[in-house]
Formats: sequence, structure tokens, C-alpha cells
Amino acid sequence: MAFRAARTQLYRMPPQTIAEKILSAKCGRLAHAGDVVVCDVDLVLGTDASAPMAIGYFERMGGPGARVHDPSRVAFALDHYTPQSESESTAKFHAQVRAFAREQGVRVFEVGEGISHQIIVERGIVRPGQLIVGADSHTVTCGALNAFATGVGSSDLAAAMLTGQLWLRVPETMRVTLRGDRPAGVAAKDIALAIVAMLGGDGAEYHAIEFVGPAADSFSRDDRLVLSNLMVEAGAKAAIWEVAGGVFADAGARCVRELVVGIDRLTPRVALPHAPKNVVAIADAVGTPVQMVFLGTCTGGRASDLRDARAILERGGGRIADGVTLVVTPVSSDVARQLEADGTLPALARMGAVITAPGCGACCGTSGVIPDDGMTVLSTANRNFKARMGNASAPIYLASPAACAAAALSGAIADPRTVRAGP
Amino acid sequence: MTEIIGRARRLGDDINTDYIISSARKKTTLDEQILKQYLLESLDPAFASSVRAGDVLVAGKNLGCGSAMEVAATVILAAGIRAVLATSFARSFYRNAINNGLLPIECDTTEILEGDGLMITAGPDGTSITNERTGRCEIRPPLGGIAGAILDAGGLVAYLRREGRFVPLGRT
Ligand code: SF4
Repeated sequence: MAFRAARTQLYRMPPQTIAEKILSAKCGRLAHAGDVVVCDVDLVLGTDASAPMAIGYFERMGGPGARVHDPSRVAFALDHYTPQSESESTAKFHAQVRAFAREQGVRVFEVGEGISHQIIVERGIVRPGQLIVGADSHTVTCGALNAFATGVGSSDLAAAMLTGQLWLRVPETMRVTLRGDRPAGVAAKDIALAIVAMLGGDGAEYHAIEFVGPAADSFSRDDRLVLSNLMVEAGAKAAIWEVAGGVFADAGARCVRELVVGIDRLTPRVALPHAPKNVVAIADAVGTPVQMVFLGTCTGGRASDLRDARAILERGGGRIADGVTLVVTPVSSDVARQLEADGTLPALARMGAVITAPGCGACCGTSGVIPDDGMTVLSTANRNFKARMGNASAPIYLASPAACAAAALSGAIADPRTVRAGP
Repeated sequence: MTEIIGRARRLGDDINTDYIISSARKKTTLDEQILKQYLLESLDPAFASSVRAGDVLVAGKNLGCGSAMEVAATVILAAGIRAVLATSFARSFYRNAINNGLLPIECDTTEILEGDGLMITAGPDGTSITNERTGRCEIRPPLGGIAGAILDAGGLVAYLRREGRFVPLGRT
């Protein structure tokens, strides 16, 4: 009888989304959207911008002598203050993180190694089906590898370090179905910006996104990382792709909304100041003068991004327009090595680009090049809030690496598809 | 039971955490007593000096979007603000508020104007928000679940010191 009852229960098990399956596995019971669960966390990831505060919470939560629950599941990346700047405080934050990590046996990715969520992808630390909690909102990036990866604050990070667990509300799922062949000259960034515009700044708030559809397989890992990364600009709690050997959604799993994106009809996009959702077709922004172009960040600083940019720059003659500063910051030291080896970084340097150490760079005004008063910036980043790069009087536009390269050539926003080989 | 009587400080939609306190400021110090002088400076450099203890932040939708940085919650508290009202909250900011004992209230804020006198009472039966100017009173259900337990404890530090771990409560 007991056996039959169990069978019946199994048989009636309602279909689950990827998010529901992963969180069920991590909390040890069948869970669905709306349930509040306490989950075992596979990886807890802090940065130099969030870990110092987390260490403070940790010490207050656990009291003297508190130990990290499982040091092998915790890592810190020194990425936001790279290199440490004139203010002594960033060096102090780094020292504090290193000391705590040494004491607790936790791994540190050093200054110059790269951006937290990129490093754990590159080094094979992210695995399908994992639950990853990072004190950085763009931790969602790791959804590209089929992980439920989400951003939290420093206190939740501390709690996860101390207990190995975190409470989560199982989110409803929205499905983004990608259809059609991508036209030449349209980047993953353009598609991601288009989706953020469709959803709005809070359209995916409290939701998990699943990327599916006939076109999904045509997206490279780097492309997927870009799409997952940008979904937090629509509020997404996680943005997950199906990958071979990973967790798949059941047929009939409950989705609260389906967004069908016909990528074959998309054109390059630009986000206007001061929000990532303020997206227009690039035609509507062409001609806007820019004085700083930034190729970098966890959205647009990968090898494929910088190669795209180099290709456009070389096609257009390889001369950066007068009055434009081109800043290039590879997302990680691995990427920098690849781009050194294939000649991309040397080529960009010869054109006069300012190449900075791998990390967050100029993205949020904490290191690297701060735009001057009144400068207009075109950037491959994910956020263009007023003052995001450290100067409230420098408006920020967002676009693909190719579009940024086109602007570096002409000194104004330009459609990268119109860059022709010179005479 | 928490009682707050204060002035509404009106903000719009999509106020991100960088606007609450900029990432660039945060790199110089984590001391909220210093950071509080830069509260909301990108929107209004004079805002911080105009804050009085007991003021209540009132926003539209998606308050606290963007970065998950926790100083956005602790700096508001340091400025003497104990409650934030919004039509909707970004997830990480909402958690950070609860974890630090800053009361986040999701309610209809459309009729609240800058300077309105607000009376907020939060207890086990729910939260009531009364606008002295309009006389309108809105009642919101208690938070419940683990989030409610954390808020009741006064924040995540106090909760974990007491419980030692997150205690599952099942469905909410
Ligand atoms: S590159 Fe920018 S968005 Fe990405 S983690 Fe660094 S600061 Fe955040």
C-alpha cells in the first residue's frame, strides 16, 4: 500500500520549471513557485565591494571564533577596486578580505584576476543545477550555465557563509522564447537590451527567467552570459538556460508569462541615459557626440566582445577619432591572456586605447577612468544610471562592443553595420 | 509594536541603490555616519541635510533596483529614517531592509505628497499607514514567514544569534 501511495504521488507530481527543480533539490522537498524554502547553497561568492561588510555581519551573527560553514563553498573576488585607488580604504578592504579568508580557509581571486562571476564560469566552478548566491546583483550571469544564481546583500552573504544555507521564495517563472536567425551585425547585447526594454525595469521582479526556443542553441556561451547578465536590469532573480546534462523544465511547467522574441527582425540597440530600459534602435541615437568609449565589464569585456570591437575598428581604418578616449578593460586575466596571444590587445593599444587591469574598471566609478565633467560616454556595460561611472554630469549610453567601436572611430554614436573598409 | 510618526519624503519610480548612495562613495568608507551625508546626492545634493529623524521615504515602483549593495539600506537607517514605503520593491533591497530592521512597506503611494504627515503602526496584525492630510488609512497584512520572523527579531544578526540557522516555516 505504501508503495502504491508513493507511486501515485510520484505520478501526480506537478511539472516543474528549472528554478523549481533546482530549489527543490537544494531544500530537500518538492517545492513550487510561492513556497518559502531554506536551501543548501553550493557556492557563496563575495567581492571586495560586498565582503568587507559581510565579514562584519558574520562576526556579529556568529560571535567570537565563528567559522565558515564550508570554506570550500565560499570564494571572494577582489574585482571592484582594481587596482586599489588613491583612497586608503580600498587597500584596507582588500587586506581585511584576505585576512578573513586566510583565517577561514576561503579562496580569494586576487586583484587583476577578473570579475567574480566571470572567474567562476571560466574556471569550471559553476556547474549546471547549482544554487549560487553572490553579493553582487550580476551573479545572475551564471544562469547561462544552468545554475540558479542570484544576487543578495552582505548580510545574506554572511548568513550563507555561517550556516551554508539561505532562505528563498521559489520564484514564478517567465519564459523568453528566442526565434529566428540572428542578422549579421546584431550582437547578444542588442538582443538583451531589446528584452530589457520589453520587460521594463521591473518586469521580471521576483521572477526567474528561462531562455528557450529554436534559436537558443545558436547562442554561444559568451552570448548566453550577456543575456543572463542583463536580465537583472529587468529585476530578474535568476535567468537560466538549459544546457546539455543540466536541469530541464518539465513539459507543462507553469510559466506566468511568455515573451517571444523574434531576433531575425532586430537591429542594433542603444540604451539612453539614465536607465538600461530606455532602449531605442540605434538609428534614433546616431550622431550623438561621444568623448569616452568604454569596452569592458561583466557584460561586454569578454574575448568575443573585444574581438568584435577590434574587427570594426580595423575595418574602419583603425584610427580613434580626435577627442575620444577609448578605455579597454578585459573581464579577466584569462581573457586578457587570450587577447594578448591573438593580437587583439596589442592592436587596440597601437590604436591608442587605454588598456586597464582586468576587473570592473570604470563601470561603477570605483576604479579606472572616471569621465570628466560633461563628457558623454558610450559603454558596453549594463547600467547607465546617472553618476554610475562616478560623475553625475557625464551621461552614459549603452550599446554593443561593435557599436562602441564604431563610435570610437567617428566620435559619435554610429551604426556598426555602416562601418565600411576605407579607401 | 512599532510606531512611526513622520514626514513623507517623496521619491519617484525606479530609484536605484546607486542613487540612494553611490558606489564611488562607498569605496571611501563603510561608516554610515559619514555616508549618510551623501544620501540621494545624485538626485538632490541638498537632500541629506534636509532629512529629519522620523522622516519616511516614499517611492513609486521598483525602489532599490540595481546593485544589491547593503549600504543602501543601512545609510537610510543611519539618517534616522526607519520606514520606506513603495508601490513595489526590488528584491535585494527589500531583503537588505528587513535584514537590518528597516521597515519596508509595500502599499499604494500614489496619493502621498512630499511633506505629508504619516502615522505608521506595525504589529503582529499588520501595518497601518495613515496620511494625516488626506485622512486615508491603508492596512497591510503582516509580513509573515521567515522574513517576518527576521523583521520581528530586529534584523538578521539578532535572528541568527537566536536561532543559529534559518528555520523553515513552510508555505506562506
Ligand atoms: S563590471 Fe560593473 S556590473 Fe559587473 S560586477 Fe563589476 S561593477 Fe558590477
